[in-house]
Amino acid sequence: MKPVALFVTCLVDQLYPNVGEASVRVLERAGCTVAFFEEQTCCGQAAFNNGFQEEARVLARRFLDVFAHAPAIVAPSGSCADMVREWYPHLFRDTPALLNLARSIASRTYELSEYLVRVLGVTDLGARFPATVTYHPSCHGLRGLGLRDEPLGLLRAVRDLRLVELPAAEQCCGFGGFFSIKFAALSGAMLSAKLDTIEASGAEVVTATDVSCLMHISGGLSRRGSRVRALHLAEILAGS
Amino acid sequence: MMDHPTRIDLIRNIERALRDESLQRQMGKAMPASRRARADAAAELPEWESLRSTAAGIKDHVLANLEKYLRQLESQVSALGGTVHWASDAAEARAIITDLARSRGVRRIVKSKSMTTEEIFLNPALEAAGASVVETDLGEYVVQLAGERPSHLIAPVVHKPTEEIADLFVKKLGVPRYERPEELARVAREVLRAEFLAAEMGITGVNFAIAESGTLVIVENEGNARLTTTRPRIHMAVMGVEKVLPHLADLSVFLRILARSGTGQRSSVYVSLLTGPRRAGETDGPEELHLIILDNGRRRLLADPDLRGALRCIRCGACQNECPVYQHAGGHAYGSVYAGPIGAVLTPAYEGLERARDLPFASTLCRACADVCPVKIDLPGMLVELRARAVRTGLVSWRDRMLLGAWTFFTGSPARFMLAGSLGRLAQRLVARGGKIERLPYPLSGWTAHRAAPVLASTPFRTWWKSRQGEGR
Ligand code: SF4
Repeated sequence: MKPVALFVTCLVDQLYPNVGEASVRVLERAGCTVAFFEEQTCCGQAAFNNGFQEEARVLARRFLDVFAHAPAIVAPSGSCADMVREWYPHLFRDTPALLNLARSIASRTYELSEYLVRVLGVTDLGARFPATVTYHPSCHGLRGLGLRDEPLGLLRAVRDLRLVELPAAEQCCGFGGFFSIKFAALSGAMLSAKLDTIEASGAEVVTATDVSCLMHISGGLSRRGSRVRALHLAEILAGS
Repeated sequence: MMDHPTRIDLIRNIERALRDESLQRQMGKAMPASRRARADAAAELPEWESLRSTAAGIKDHVLANLEKYLRQLESQVSALGGTVHWASDAAEARAIITDLARSRGVRRIVKSKSMTTEEIFLNPALEAAGASVVETDLGEYVVQLAGERPSHLIAPVVHKPTEEIADLFVKKLGVPRYERPEELARVAREVLRAEFLAAEMGITGVNFAIAESGTLVIVENEGNARLTTTRPRIHMAVMGVEKVLPHLADLSVFLRILARSGTGQRSSVYVSLLTGPRRAGETDGPEELHLIILDNGRRRLLADPDLRGALRCIRCGACQNECPVYQHAGGHAYGSVYAGPIGAVLTPAYEGLERARDLPFASTLCRACADVCPVKIDLPGMLVELRARAVRTGLVSWRDRMLLGAWTFFTGSPARFMLAGSLGRLAQRLVARGGKIERLPYPLSGWTAHRAAPVLASTPFRTWWKSRQGEGR
């Protein structure tokens, strides 16, 4: 049994708890014992990305305290995992007392599919999901963590799932956190291009490793009256 | 002359660009083609990644020893009979060039390959000094005819559909309406040929300047830079301080990455290596060669450890082609000569964050730019740093401050976070229909202008977790 601490992320906690529940099931199915530390809140990505670095440091500090002794920290979010990995050491670069902890936490933090495939070496979780699915590689997972084959491998192992290619998959969906409000029209235009490709793929379901992108994509699909559903990868992997 | 007027209203510019259907269609055609070309060209070279590292390393070495190489360059160029001028800012550079043109009685000038002269607003100054200036790169020529500025580092007219260029030629040149790009190019060449013959001065940029030999390198595809540098009596080359390279041997690295990154070519069509003016007994080349080495904010950038890396830029334009924001906004929306991700870094650095405060925020931080930059500039990291500076110096709006302030307050502890959830669940009863929200009030109205919003779950994850533990699991 591998002990892992689930970092459920703030959006999942409040908006998509089912993604958190699915993550727990998937990790348990892969042979992990999952812990959830209730003191956790947000990794600070929203604050950091928008230039509020002091505020981000406060949130990151909390994260370091909460997860200091966790052997592995797994999040159903490429962007939050990337925040911890890429930016925590940067945030504490002038605080020697915390820098080592930040580096060590960074080296123990994983996105879900990354942890399953790269660390546990599992691709087949025994899931069944009868639908045509396309995969949108979210930018931070893709370019930050280098996730390419991991989510696809997991999807290919799902019974009755037909994986179809997403045209121009690597183009950003236009979410970008507060970018989607500050540059609302532009974000909407980028979204619209993404939705066109999703619909062109012929998929019934679009999946990704981040609920943030999916929130934006599903909001757009809903506005279009599209029949395509947006689901987090964990929800598919938890299917049986 | 007012170089940098008021604040760039990027958000309004982008919204205007989004409504411009011809721009959207044109960018939608041009950008994917450029991206594919770059990706194919890079994939062809197994050593691509190591080339990028080598190039970045050379640039960093130059930046760490900048004054030494600049002095070496100066002494080599002077020894060859050229004249080196140092300009600390745009006004000084303009003054040097206009004074020189005046003192030599120059009335007609041809120009080629220079974003740097765009940066210093050279053309209006020369015209005010009584000289005519003609851009000779086809794209730049079109942009000049249209009274616009370039919108892309290497494809200045990428924003304009061919039909519009055809109309422009009819209107400005009084020629019949040609529609095919080749015909339009022929018309322009005919006009430009006369300009080359008549010009007394040719002004160019510099892609690379070799310190050890005093060689100026100009990379192009049309051949007009060759004419610009050889036909007129005087050649005036303008370069930013960061363009110097130590050795001629370094050039091969940059020539390979520049062409592939910019246009997807294996090599550019013309690479001119100019070493000094015409020597006694030679039959061609300019009689006078002047090199202007421009600072204009670059040394300030060099002293800035978080942004210094931007000086590695070789102006290939790959980051622009790759950037989804640039693809929709077009170059002009950025309100400055440098657009796209590199522009979002350089414009605030050169012209002040106050004027360009929105530029660093115009990115989803998708990192596509960093992935393609051939000299590995950490553009997303720099954007984040500039955002932090904007926040520190009070350059973000009240709304953004409020949103982020509320966010960080409510995520500050589990208790506050749960409280926010409970408040939200109460509030959403007013606006949620069928499990989603179609209209949110200000300051979140931007979200629902383009997409439905999700509702807060009735049971947060942590509540589920607690009950699950309670069940003895
Ligand atoms: S920042 Fe990099 S990709 Fe962009 S123009 Fe400069 S060298 Fe090219």
